Amino acid sequence: MTSGPGPARRLLRGLSGAGGRRRGTDDGTPDDGGAPGDAPAGRARARAFGLRTRLVFAFLLVAAVSAGTTSALTYREARNALLKTAQDTAVSSFRDQVQQTGWTLPVRGEGLEEVLRDIARKGKPRPWVVFAEYGSVRASSGENPVSTVITPELRRAARAHPSGSFERVVKDGVPYLTIAMPTVLRTGPEGVLPSGLVLYAVMRMTDEQVNVDALLVAARDGALPGLVIALIPGLIAARSVLRPVRELRQAAQSMGSGRLDTRITVRGSDELADLARTFNDSAGKLERSVRELREAEARARRFASDVSHELRTPLTGMLAVTEVLDEDAGRLDPDTARAVRLVSTETGKLAVLVEDLMEISRFDARAAELNTDEVDVAETIRKTLQNRHWTDGRVRTELPSGIRARLDPRRFDIVIANLVGNALRHGGAPVTVSLRGEARSSGPPVLIAQVTDSGPGIRPDVLPHIFDRFYKADAARTRSAGSGLGLAITQENVRLHGGTVRAGNLPGGGAVFTVEIPLRPEEAGG
Amino acid sequence: MPRVLLVEDDPSVREGVELGLRRRGHEVRVAATGEAGLAALAEFRPDLMLLDLMLPGMNGVQVCRRVRERSQLPIIMLTARGDDFDVVIGLEAGADDYIVKPARTEVIEARICAVLRRIDNTGQGRTAVEVYGELAIDRAALSVTKSGRHLALAPSELKLLLHLSAAPEQVFSRQQLLEHVWEHSFHADARLVDACVARLRGKIEDEAGSPRYIQTLRGFGYRFGPL
Repeated sequence: MTSGPGPARRLLRGLSGAGGRRRGTDDGTPDDGGAPGDAPAGRARARAFGLRTRLVFAFLLVAAVSAGTTSALTYREARNALLKTAQDTAVSSFRDQVQQTGWTLPVRGEGLEEVLRDIARKGKPRPWVVFAEYGSVRASSGENPVSTVITPELRRAARAHPSGSFERVVKDGVPYLTIAMPTVLRTGPEGVLPSGLVLYAVMRMTDEQVNVDALLVAARDGALPGLVIALIPGLIAARSVLRPVRELRQAAQSMGSGRLDTRITVRGSDELADLARTFNDSAGKLERSVRELREAEARARRFASDVSHELRTPLTGMLAVTEVLDEDAGRLDPDTARAVRLVSTETGKLAVLVEDLMEISRFDARAAELNTDEVDVAETIRKTLQNRHWTDGRVRTELPSGIRARLDPRRFDIVIANLVGNALRHGGAPVTVSLRGEARSSGPPVLIAQVTDSGPGIRPDVLPHIFDRFYKADAARTRSAGSGLGLAITQENVRLHGGTVRAGNLPGGGAVFTVEIPLRPEEAGG
Repeated sequence: MPRVLLVEDDPSVREGVELGLRRRGHEVRVAATGEAGLAALAEFRPDLMLLDLMLPGMNGVQVCRRVRERSQLPIIMLTARGDDFDVVIGLEAGADDYIVKPARTEVIEARICAVLRRIDNTGQGRTAVEVYGELAIDRAALSVTKSGRHLALAPSELKLLLHLSAAPEQVFSRQQLLEHVWEHSFHADARLVDACVARLRGKIEDEAGSPRYIQTLRGFGYRFGPL
């Protein structure tokens, strides 16, 4: 359905375009007159967890998990390998030392310490402190005869495993490797018998700990930059997703403000490109239907205008001779005279109707022009009443002089004449026309013209339709003297002046029509 | 009673208006085209021309210009409201007034009388020739000369000049001028005044762009002088 590049088609491109102008929305501030109150806060909260944040978070999470897992595994393996080497060296070395030493049983305390010191000196990979336990005999190569590092578990293990056992112990923050090595008596090629003498070696593993700590630091220092570097592809990915989304938003905004020829440039062939293509298709269809609707409307308007035009020419001939009919009717036979007078009267009404239709179709076609002139409003209204001969007490006026305004005198005359005529026909005499100027807190001051009548007022169900074309308050009522377009034309004329007209009822009965027209400061003209 | 030449292409309008005016005592000659209307001028010698703007062949505006080339015959345009553009062009071409169709015969006659009356009534009370700068206005003879040269002014132009110069330096609003010069009792189109002022300036001012005699007061209207 994608159509070719149409004429004067508006393409929104990436970061340029409306971005700068509509900055407000990016910051989460409402740019339209939407719901006040907590809406901005809600929008800001939504934006805090927006697509970009979520995408970046997801990227960081993946990077953190993979970097963390890798580091942890590497660290564990390296640490184990490091410690195992040290342990194995120590254990086998200690076993050799113990076995190479000739033990005379039973062991006595004296002389034992010298032997232990000898073993301790040969410690691998580092010197160690050697303790000996034999019954109640305790000796060591160090200062204390009994170690505080050797645990009961190790003592139990020493008795169970003749080939020796070891344990890593951390005491006061210092790591130790403790090795228990029971001496055995060979009872044959296979058999051994514990001699009861158990030797313990205690070795500080500070160096190994330093190496392990260095490993940990290396793992951490490797993972953190990894996370930071992962931010970059995260941001790029977020941008590549968000840019089409933003273009889409700008395009939708542009459509909303009435530019139906808005299209998006489609890049690539991913899901977002599909979305853009769908948007363009829908926009094209929308544009087409709106254009068709507008054309249909324009045709209808033109038809109404053409009909009025066509009616006007024969009416001009007819209206010119109504006087002849009226004058001669008296000399005709009564039936003919009535028929002739009827034709004459209705011709006059038809002329008014056609003229009003023409006027309305000009408003619809927006061809109505405002030819303003600065006038004294009170004087203008007085002249309107004089010209229609509404000076016999049926119409009262409250017209303070000195209010000057830029008005189209002909249109303002129609406004007042239609309102007063309507009040006299449908309301009741006396009708009051009042005028005043009023300052407004915002915008220019306004002139307010009010027409009130002394009739029963307008029924509430009629009020909303009072300015509708051809609206008849009472369906059964016969056609009145007006064309049925008078109030509609009044409204259009007031609007053309940038003002408003509204209908209402007085508390004590009687309809009131209020016209408000802004009093603009003096403009160029004349 | 005035002799009226009606140039109108539509038969029903032509016949209706002719019948209505004849009943009121006018001598009416009708023409269906602009060419026929121009041809009838010399022979019929009308006091006034009623001219439809929308004519086949030569249109109303062209007829108007052609008439103004040779004479200051009062011309009233017959127009339909909504043909606003044509009204302005017609007024610029030299028409003195316009009537919106459809119109009753009494309205048409009132306009005819108003256009013709302005020539008859203005000279009363003053006899001397008034001189303003290079302009000499003879209210009795209804003639205006500039630097000794006679100016051919259309009836509406002459009436406007006489009205403004009768009260030099006094400001008249466009509505006031419409009422007094054109005798429009209803609020009429103020462009009638603007078009006539523009034509008059073209004839009496040295430079129409910077007028000395007919001056504009923005937002208020026009005045004659001060020189």
